[in-house]
Amino acid sequence: MMDLILFGIFPYVAVALAVAVGIYRYTIDRYSWSSQSSQFLEKKALFWGSVPWHYAILLILLAHFLAFLVPGAWDALLEAPLRLLLLEATGMALGICTLLALLLLIVRRAGNARLCAVTTRADWLLLILLLLQVATGVIIATTLRWGGLWYAHTISPWLWSLLTLRPDIQYLAVMPAVVKLHAFNGFLLLAIFPFSRLVHVVSVPFTYLSRPYQVVVWYRRRARLG
Amino acid sequence: MNIRAQVSSVFHLDKCIGCHTCSIACKNLWTDRKGAEYMWWNNVETKPGTGYPTRWEDQEQYRGGWERAEAVLKLGGRGGLLGKIFYNPALPDMDDYYEPFTYKYGDLISAPAGNDQPTARPVSMVTGKPMKIEAGPNWDDDLSGSNVYAANDPGVVKLSDEEQQQMFAIEKMVMFYLPRICNHCLNAGCVASCPSGAIYKRGEDGIVLINQDKCRGWRMCVSACPYKKTYYGWTTGKSEKCILCYPRQEAGEAPACFHSCVGRIRYLGVLLYDADRIEEVALNEDRDLAAAQRDIILDPFDPQVQADARRAGIPEQVLQAARKSPVYKFVKQWAVALPLHPEFRTLPMLFYVPPMLPVISRENQGRQQLADEFFTTLEKARLPIRYLAGLFAGGNEEEVKAVYRRLIAVRMQRRSVSVGDLDAAEVEKAAELAGLTTDQIDALYRMTALTRITERIVVPPMLREQAIEAGMDPEEYKQGMGFGSRKAPKRRW
Repeated sequence: MMDLILFGIFPYVAVALAVAVGIYRYTIDRYSWSSQSSQFLEKKALFWGSVPWHYAILLILLAHFLAFLVPGAWDALLEAPLRLLLLEATGMALGICTLLALLLLIVRRAGNARLCAVTTRADWLLLILLLLQVATGVIIATTLRWGGLWYAHTISPWLWSLLTLRPDIQYLAVMPAVVKLHAFNGFLLLAIFPFSRLVHVVSVPFTYLSRPYQVVVWYRRRARLG
Repeated sequence: MNIRAQVSSVFHLDKCIGCHTCSIACKNLWTDRKGAEYMWWNNVETKPGTGYPTRWEDQEQYRGGWERAEAVLKLGGRGGLLGKIFYNPALPDMDDYYEPFTYKYGDLISAPAGNDQPTARPVSMVTGKPMKIEAGPNWDDDLSGSNVYAANDPGVVKLSDEEQQQMFAIEKMVMFYLPRICNHCLNAGCVASCPSGAIYKRGEDGIVLINQDKCRGWRMCVSACPYKKTYYGWTTGKSEKCILCYPRQEAGEAPACFHSCVGRIRYLGVLLYDADRIEEVALNEDRDLAAAQRDIILDPFDPQVQADARRAGIPEQVLQAARKSPVYKFVKQWAVALPLHPEFRTLPMLFYVPPMLPVISRENQGRQQLADEFFTTLEKARLPIRYLAGLFAGGNEEEVKAVYRRLIAVRMQRRSVSVGDLDAAEVEKAAELAGLTTDQIDALYRMTALTRITERIVVPPMLREQAIEAGMDPEEYKQGMGFGSRKAPKRRW
């Protein structure tokens, strides 16, 4: 029963919250949509925390996403033991990197009075959940080896079953507790994304690469068009 | 030809007394709130000095403005800039400005009776905790009785040892005030650097604004603006800047800093310019930039320009305002106003009349001698011409000297009119050297010394009722500036 709630129902609740509240916040209170950078108040420790954290977590998320999206191709890629070994080693290194960077960011925030002044309770909750997520991830990587392979055969089908609206929780029910925690916490992060500063993850400014440098807005012309 | 109108300004530095009334008017109106305490959209600094934020002119540190060769931002190309989005190495932090503080005044009356006088301890307005004040607004005002500030001025550091000694010699030390607001540049670095595309120039009047609803707080604009006139709101996660009091201008009023200026140093008016040539101007060499920028400003009295402007949709009322613009006179007709640091290549649209330091006149056996020793005296000025050229002309001393020739001609003509102790030939010679006619000199004198606010500040009709209110919801038009909107500019989630 618990498994059904956590892995069959909660993911839908999380996605629904992310989408509905995300759209609500974006349309009603767009002013609040910001990366909430604290570099202005402290920048030395931020460099050693923020840069490794962001680049490493982006690569790890990319691997999770690819193995979910195209499990067949992923499997074929990891057929050769050398490639599997390389991926596992890279994943482990990146995982430890995120863990250390996040710990640094937490220590930085707790130890600096200026940063405490701009940190809300939601920020602390988010940091703790993120720490839990990367910590369980690193534990899984060390204790349950070759996750690169078994992910494609267990987690990926579960996610596809959720996506196709025929949730099959058997894949998760047989998993060790730490994997369950990692999976649940992942959806929990998705659920609190629209309520927190995490909203900045969907504001990837790719349009910057192609827009003209100077932006000119004409009210008169716009009024005429409208 | 792509004619646009730009609300521009001239600050006459000879008239600035450094009273900071402009800063206070601005602060009371726009930045008197939590998180904005440290922001001075208008500030007045003492020059030579390090300024606000400290050493803002040093672009090796802050990476503001444009590179000449490739027409890319000093901050980096587009890809490189996005790569630095998680950490911007060129961002000034709070200590480069100052940590805002207040005093525990309540302690003065609530302290229990004792042997000691109660004191009001300083507390940080960020953390609320007691703090040691190490910097504050105008900390280096009048150089704070120290030569450390002037000696660390990035413009002074570039001078030769001899020139520096000359500047700092006892009883010869000079300084002047430099009031600064956003320049509302034509080739703005902040606009170009914004990953979200939230910063824009208003087509009708050229005012540069940050759309507060689109800003995501990537804070590239803070670095890319070489004048450091965009500020990161550390409580809201949004960047803010001078809005040239557009709500006041739309109501026909002068911006607050202009209106409150005690020395009446501020002039405002419309300039017409050719927007197609912005990039071409920005590619000029440092020393040619001031002249090139003057060159794209168009003559509002030229019938051809007027016809082109009408075709470009510039309303008749704005063209009228352009003909009355004092800025056009100062910058183009009399050519006595120069842009601040044109070598940053953002094409700033705020111009400065350089200060006449020192007065270049010399008593010789009871007679004023000026024009004869004019050039030698100019070169021996207490404030080296090279320093002023570094500030206002990309290092081009000729540009600054030409301005001084005109200012000196005005002084001499006025002296001969009001005191009458100058040789008429000398006055004529000065005017000839300056390239100004007697009428022009009179007009320049009048505009500098006698005009009323309606001549100094010619706010063009912004035609809100046609441009904005006829076509869209005025609330939406504000683009969520955060000011006057229905939600307070603070963190909610």
